[in-house]
Amino acid sequence: MALEKLHAQRGTIAIVGAAETDRIGKQPEMSALMLHAEGARNALADAGIAASEVDAVLSTGRQTANDIPEYLGMRPRYMDNTQMGGCSFIAHLQHAMGLINAGIAEVVLITHGESGRSRVGMASTSFTPDSPPGQFEMPFGIGGPATRYALAAVRHMHEYGTTREQLAEVAVATRKWASLNPRAAMRDPLTIEDVLNARMISWPFGLLDCCLVADGGGALVVTSAERARDAKQKPVYVLGTGEATTHSIISQMPRFHVWDAAILSGERAWAMSGVEHDEIDLAMFYDAFTIVPLLSLEALGFCGLGESGAFVENQRTAPGGDFPMNTNGGGLSYTHTGMYGMFLLIEAVRQLRGGCGERQVEGAKTAICHGTGGILSAAATAILSTER
Amino acid sequence: MADDYKAPRPTPTPDNAPFWEALRKHELHVQRCRDCGQAYFYPRNACPGCLSGNVEWIKTSGRGRLHTFSVVHVTGRNPPLEPPYVLAMVELEEGPKLLTNLVGVEPDPAKIRCDMAVVVEYADVTAELTLPRFRPAS
Repeated sequence: MALEKLHAQRGTIAIVGAAETDRIGKQPEMSALMLHAEGARNALADAGIAASEVDAVLSTGRQTANDIPEYLGMRPRYMDNTQMGGCSFIAHLQHAMGLINAGIAEVVLITHGESGRSRVGMASTSFTPDSPPGQFEMPFGIGGPATRYALAAVRHMHEYGTTREQLAEVAVATRKWASLNPRAAMRDPLTIEDVLNARMISWPFGLLDCCLVADGGGALVVTSAERARDAKQKPVYVLGTGEATTHSIISQMPRFHVWDAAILSGERAWAMSGVEHDEIDLAMFYDAFTIVPLLSLEALGFCGLGESGAFVENQRTAPGGDFPMNTNGGGLSYTHTGMYGMFLLIEAVRQLRGGCGERQVEGAKTAICHGTGGILSAAATAILSTER
Repeated sequence: MADDYKAPRPTPTPDNAPFWEALRKHELHVQRCRDCGQAYFYPRNACPGCLSGNVEWIKTSGRGRLHTFSVVHVTGRNPPLEPPYVLAMVELEEGPKLLTNLVGVEPDPAKIRCDMAVVVEYADVTAELTLPRFRPAS
């Protein structure tokens, strides 16, 4: 793929609507589909675009690509059900770019709804015993995602000397951002010692190294940069995107101490955007577990391999630090429905539009959004900006 | 299945049935590509190095190194071992890595080192199913 062709895509589409469900957290009164619909309604209202104008629906979490349009009463002429885990919605942005630039769609709706905590109306996600995870992982007592991400964290600690204290820096800094966000689930101050002394889940992760489990949803409305000129909201342009996968189950991860999918995804996003690292004002990095932002920093080139532990020391990513990261409070302290990627995109849009109150990153112009899908299996990256 | 083994058990598929059959004979087999020479795991009808279908089964030495691990305290439903237990990635001498359990060692991260030498042991968990587990090589 010629880099010039990638770079020509820079700034050709924009996010013109972005909103979450009215509430996030524990919502047993809401099914997954209800959360999709509420998020979609709110995002379209934010954009000032009618449901009838949507000509493509990109989503995931249901059996078929027809399921969500049916519930929304929509008749899209393009459906995308790409399921690569929590970063799917970041990848959907890249798919939207392809659709819009090919002239196949003009208004693209990307939706997320997940009853991750209450499990109301959720499609089954369990592994069958005749699948690779059922055959080669489940019989050995692999448990929730914590047990799987832990395998990457332990090898990172072994290769580079990364410490549990350094992992805890992420949890503490993220909590400080959450304390500035009235919508965040966990707002009480946290210390490094609190994180280290929390109940052990799966070494090296204690409870506070792990993300929340909640119910919620959200959606994005995306259109061409041309149409975005008349948008109700200040457009947030997509300067660069990338996606990649290297494996599905953790035992097939090529290198446990390096997130190769993120390197591949990030390379594409940087090349398309032409943006330099020092132009980034805000990093929204998927934090399912404290190791993930560290691996992201390395894979995306904000520091060298093995240097992320030192990078996050002294609360560098906290309010007042020189590397604002996960300003909503992240999956660790804001919310995490299961596929959190939608929320980090929405926060980036809010920050770039301005008006985030106490947690606003002053003058934020360019943000990088980056997420994991599966167990570091996939990665997707998007570089967003207020200017083309 | 008239036994009381509650933990998840695999249902073999044609691509990996020989792997499970070898385990019942207390042998650990993986596949190797006759074209590019790469040994790999899990078994499949396409070499993950070059997509060749010209692949063969080989018997491993059962020796390897602990690549990475976790000590699992909060388990899924019906774990195969009493928690806390050690979930382990072992890199076999022949090259491939597999997910397994490290046994014969205290489930204490301070007593487990990445890259320590390990050797397979066979756990006959039911009359039909043998799982490969590993212990420190003495």
